[in-house]
Amino acid sequence: MKRLYADLHLCPNVIDKKQTAQAIAKASSLGYRLIAISLPLKTEDREIKELQSFCKTAGVDFASRIDLRPRTPDELLKNLRRFRRKFEIIAVVCESKNVARQAAKDRRVDLLNYPSPDYRKSFFDEAEAGLASNSLASLEIDTKSLLTLEGRARIKLMSSLRKETAVARQFHVPIIISSGVSDEKLMRKPAELASLASLFNLNQASALDAVSTNPVAMVKRNREKLDARFVAPGIRIIRGGKDC
Amino acid sequence: MKRVRRRYLALEIDSEAVFSSTDFMDAVYGAVLKLYGEYGASQTGLVLIGYEMEQCFAVLRVAHVAVEMVRAALATITRIGDKPVAVHVLAVSGTLKALRTKTGK
Repeated sequence: MKRLYADLHLCPNVIDKKQTAQAIAKASSLGYRLIAISLPLKTEDREIKELQSFCKTAGVDFASRIDLRPRTPDELLKNLRRFRRKFEIIAVVCESKNVARQAAKDRRVDLLNYPSPDYRKSFFDEAEAGLASNSLASLEIDTKSLLTLEGRARIKLMSSLRKETAVARQFHVPIIISSGVSDEKLMRKPAELASLASLFNLNQASALDAVSTNPVAMVKRNREKLDARFVAPGIRIIRGGKDC
Repeated sequence: MKRVRRRYLALEIDSEAVFSSTDFMDAVYGAVLKLYGEYGASQTGLVLIGYEMEQCFAVLRVAHVAVEMVRAALATITRIGDKPVAVHVLAVSGTLKALRTKTGK
């Protein structure tokens, strides 16, 4: 069966409609069939619908996403309560260990993103992976830094990613590879993103899963959960009324 | 001696500017050298087979075992000179004839 490719982290400036439309068109021409754009916290439903119609015209499926950058675990919990029902994907940018641990164990978090290129500050260790594997959260790897960094910084980044992916595979945490770019010229085809994964020892099959099967499955699961008829995994309301 | 298996890569150079074949190959070699070093670059067997400046199209020949290495290196090219650029692989094939059929060029 033909793979459906997804890039769940596009970051165009959504206020700039032209730039957003260009990014969507570019993603479509590169072969993506599902994209997610990182939206500001105050995004209204009307704006999400507008983006959906942009994407429909370009022939791609759109998933709404927010990136939370909480400073404390309490702030994370507050934001999750506020936004979980509103967005299809919730990513947490883990900038401290406390937040990383809370995000990894919370079932409402979809993606764990570790922005630091230094492994000592990435927080994705065995303990974190153990928590994430129980909560269905995925490890997100943005390829933007691999393209923009050079020399020593890129060496450190590749070393860190190699350790993170090894831990993720050991604990069966799904890996999702995204672009994380705002500039069209930094967007790459799915097969090219998968090739970049060879730099951190991910084999070709796993790398292709990370740009197709894993993100698509996550969005499908979340859409099912956000459906009004969803009760619990495997339980759906199929009919309503006084006679039921 | 064992015959070396090769692959041909059809490339699209996505940029507003046009580049000479020398500038393009310098960028490709630069990217391969940065990622894999001289030892790695020597294993790729990189050769420029065709280059159409106006159509922003190029064909590279690489060793069969180094296709993924070259793909990754090409993906890391973000600039040629001071102009932003992206290099996309359009098709990979074992013969030039099949590559032309795939790309229609």
